[in-house]
Amino acid sequence: MSQALLLIFEFFKTGLFAIGGGPATIPFLMDMAEKYPWFTMQELSSMIAISESTPGPIGLNMATYAGFRTLGTFGGIVSTLALVLPSIIVIIIIAKFLDGFQENRTVQAVFRGIRPAVTALIAAAVINMIRVTLFTEEAGKLIPQYKGCILCVIIFTLLQWKKLQKLHPAVWFLVAAVAGVVFQF
Amino acid sequence: MVELWNLYAAFFRIGILTFGGGLTMLPMLKYELVEKRHWITEDVLLDCYAIGQCTPGIIAVNTATFVGYRKKGVIGGIVATLGMATPSILIITVVAMFLEAMMSYAIVQHAIMGIRGGVCALMLNTIYTLAKKSLTRKDQEGRLHPDKICVAICAAAFLLAFLTPIPTVLIIVIAAVAGVIIDRMTGGVAA
Repeated sequence: MSQALLLIFEFFKTGLFAIGGGPATIPFLMDMAEKYPWFTMQELSSMIAISESTPGPIGLNMATYAGFRTLGTFGGIVSTLALVLPSIIVIIIIAKFLDGFQENRTVQAVFRGIRPAVTALIAAAVINMIRVTLFTEEAGKLIPQYKGCILCVIIFTLLQWKKLQKLHPAVWFLVAAVAGVVFQF
Repeated sequence: MVELWNLYAAFFRIGILTFGGGLTMLPMLKYELVEKRHWITEDVLLDCYAIGQCTPGIIAVNTATFVGYRKKGVIGGIVATLGMATPSILIITVVAMFLEAMMSYAIVQHAIMGIRGGVCALMLNTIYTLAKKSLTRKDQEGRLHPDKICVAICAAAFLLAFLTPIPTVLIIVIAAVAGVIIDRMTGGVAA
């Protein structure tokens, strides 16, 4: 029971502070991976792949997956509901009382500060993720896993090509999975 | 009752037909809510969407709550949001169960190791796109320039997140306060 309450607390907090949609939840999920034995950072990267390749908003998919990893089906349901609860409360208050909310000068100033910070938080989270998924640590030294690093660089380079940018993320994950099997990652 | 059910069903459909969420779902919302059902006008949708982006939480969920509320009050907001969340819960639970059962196969492990390389590449690309959007502003001719204040906030937040144990929530709160202070100091001209 206390696990369920913790899960609800963490996802409620994520819903309340993850500003800017799905990817903004990643720093919070990474905090959870560090703080609790629920899932590891490596598992988090698989969760991201699955959440991007299945229908539904990424943020909700990741909450369901993380909750499922922690407490099974029940965990998946409560995490997702905890994640959406702050949205429901905040949006209804804004819709009811605050006309012209998004044109308000203070609101705009707040978001001018938050947006770059969220970019930074996601960047820090992704660098951490790269460190644990594409490198192994031995005696305090980081040793790159060459196959994974090369694949990452190749896909990133291809993604800068406008035509390939429109491809669905699932296509890239499929390519990466095949490469993983063929080259025995 | 029928209307609530319709609201639930509409957002269930949107949830199940949207890949990627947030920013990719606008065309879907427009088709389902404006063109097909005439529940709201396109202007109202864009308003909902703008508010959905500058409030806490998942953009898709915020938009669902807002449209639901406009249509049927508080209950409408809740029902629309649950409709949006149901496909995620169902699909991910099934996929997760299936994957857990497959994890012991070597071929699945190799595939997952490969996918991790792909995830890193896609996430790096997301940061790149986000940085272009959140660290620049348009001049009157629509050209993009780096916004020095945003770049400074981004660098400071990155150092705090990367080098100190300061909690994520606190960094967001500090950034919000910094945004307001800078706005007041510059007299809002830069905003």
